Amino acid sequence: MISREEVEHIARLARLRFEDGEYERLAQELSKILDYVQTLGELDLTGLEPTAHAVALKNVFRADEPRPCLPREQAVANGPAVERGQFVVPRIG
Amino acid sequence: MSTPSDESAAGAVPNDWEAVIGLEIHVQLHTKTKMFCGCPTSFGEAPNTQVCPICLGHPGTLPVTNERAVEYATRIALALDCRVTAHTIFHRKNYFYPDLPKGYQISQYDLPLGVGGHLNVELENGAIHRVGITRVHMEEDAGKLVHAGGASGRIEGADHSLVDFNRGGTPLVEIVSEPDIRTPDQARSFLTQLKNLLEHLDVSDVNMEEGSLRCDANVSVRRPGEPLGTKTELKNMNSFRFLQRGLEAEIERQMGALESGRAVEQATVHFDPSSGRVSTLRSKEEAHDYRYFPEPDLVPIQLDEAYVAAVRASLPELPAARKERFMAEYGLPAYDAGVLGSNRALGDYFEQVAGAAGDAKLAANWVMGDFSAYLNATGVEVEAAAVGPAALSDLLILLREGTLSSKMAKDVFQDMIETGKPASVVVRERGLGQISDTLALEELVKRLVLANPGPAEEFRGGREKVLGFFVGQVMKETRGQANPQLVNELLRRHLLG
Repeated sequence: MISREEVEHIARLARLRFEDGEYERLAQELSKILDYVQTLGELDLTGLEPTAHAVALKNVFRADEPRPCLPREQAVANGPAVERGQFVVPRIG
Repeated sequence: MSTPSDESAAGAVPNDWEAVIGLEIHVQLHTKTKMFCGCPTSFGEAPNTQVCPICLGHPGTLPVTNERAVEYATRIALALDCRVTAHTIFHRKNYFYPDLPKGYQISQYDLPLGVGGHLNVELENGAIHRVGITRVHMEEDAGKLVHAGGASGRIEGADHSLVDFNRGGTPLVEIVSEPDIRTPDQARSFLTQLKNLLEHLDVSDVNMEEGSLRCDANVSVRRPGEPLGTKTELKNMNSFRFLQRGLEAEIERQMGALESGRAVEQATVHFDPSSGRVSTLRSKEEAHDYRYFPEPDLVPIQLDEAYVAAVRASLPELPAARKERFMAEYGLPAYDAGVLGSNRALGDYFEQVAGAAGDAKLAANWVMGDFSAYLNATGVEVEAAAVGPAALSDLLILLREGTLSSKMAKDVFQDMIETGKPASVVVRERGLGQISDTLALEELVKRLVLANPGPAEEFRGGREKVLGFFVGQVMKETRGQANPQLVNELLRRHLLG
């Protein structure tokens, strides 16, 4: 069972804020999801290597050859605020 | 564990305390393109001109690993005697910061490329201090923040920040040392020798000012024999001197806190070179909750034995081996061989001069002396020096053959630096050149002996000092260009003969 504190912690890491009542609901929903994933634990995986990937591929590389970049106007086009070709972000800290 | 012999040096750790230091070094690889996309990695371009949807973290884009970056990282791992992990994968390191467009950095976690290596560090007193290398892993660099509106360009006092993603996605290798370092001096030696090693490997520009080599330090203090103290993380010291001074200041601060009964708080610490002081940046609370998970957009990397063997075979001669060879092949003393062997460009230059001039010891003296002094004074790189190895060896040949005295050769060298002209041209234009022509000097000597019968008689009577008078006369007539040894010889022969 996921605790309210754990939800608050995860929310803080994800920079999310919820109404007070929502934490209890989220704790229950997250617990349900984890319980569901837990059904995987019923499988007998003896002798199977852990895998990080569903596709049986490895060593997919790219040659170290430059490719064209975006024009700067396009690169910063989605920035909510732009100054001298750079993204403006609020003061940090 | 060895301790430095000079405990009286400023900032040395006192005997009743022990510092425990581990370093984390970030090396920007000098590949042509970024780690996971084809954007160039060139330094100093206009902001946000070296970017594409992949390194800007746009949705729906997919990273593809740069093959050359993996090769360079493998070189580093092997040069540090690490075991190369046969099956290695990337992880996502999740955190929010404005210089990180995706909200995560692609890095490596529990399966880093290399583990369990070491670097043998030669200390000032010549002793070898072995520092363990915990891991060598691949990751991508973040963008660059410029803090605007404040007076200092630093975070404090800034109104807002500007983000340039040109650097974002540049291939990085992180090297993590074991906490085997005990003094700021050792830390500096370690970093210097690691830099030399990386230079020889030809994988990075290793320029601390430009940020292609960056160093963080984990440091704690304790009474000898006690368990480890609480450590702090000293961030981004961008020169060898700042690393040393930053560590000295932080060790001082921690000892001070403990001695006055306060605790050392786990924190990130910033060193301000202008004041020489350290300040705590932020608490490390939550900082380690990066929620790593395997990067689903990248497939695993499997480096088989043949690949690792091929990279190993391609490794160039490394500083320790080069030093040995310089001693054996050229008969250089250990100190000279160490200096020339540790600096790749200077070592190459030396070998060319030694080969062409046919006198390794003379070549070593000049490369480490006048030539290095010129580099240091002007900040010019070896490759861009006004006097190339062929030009210097031509000068050394004139010196060795006796056409030039040491003093003259130094003057000619200065002229060569300023004008870029070959030694022979400078010598001709300035009417220099030591007169080693026996016949020409003999005429002069004969004439002077005949013209000064009095002093000549005194010399024959046993007054050795009078020889100096004649040498002076010869030098005067030849404007100082006569070969002194030859003049002495001729004078004795004619005065006594």
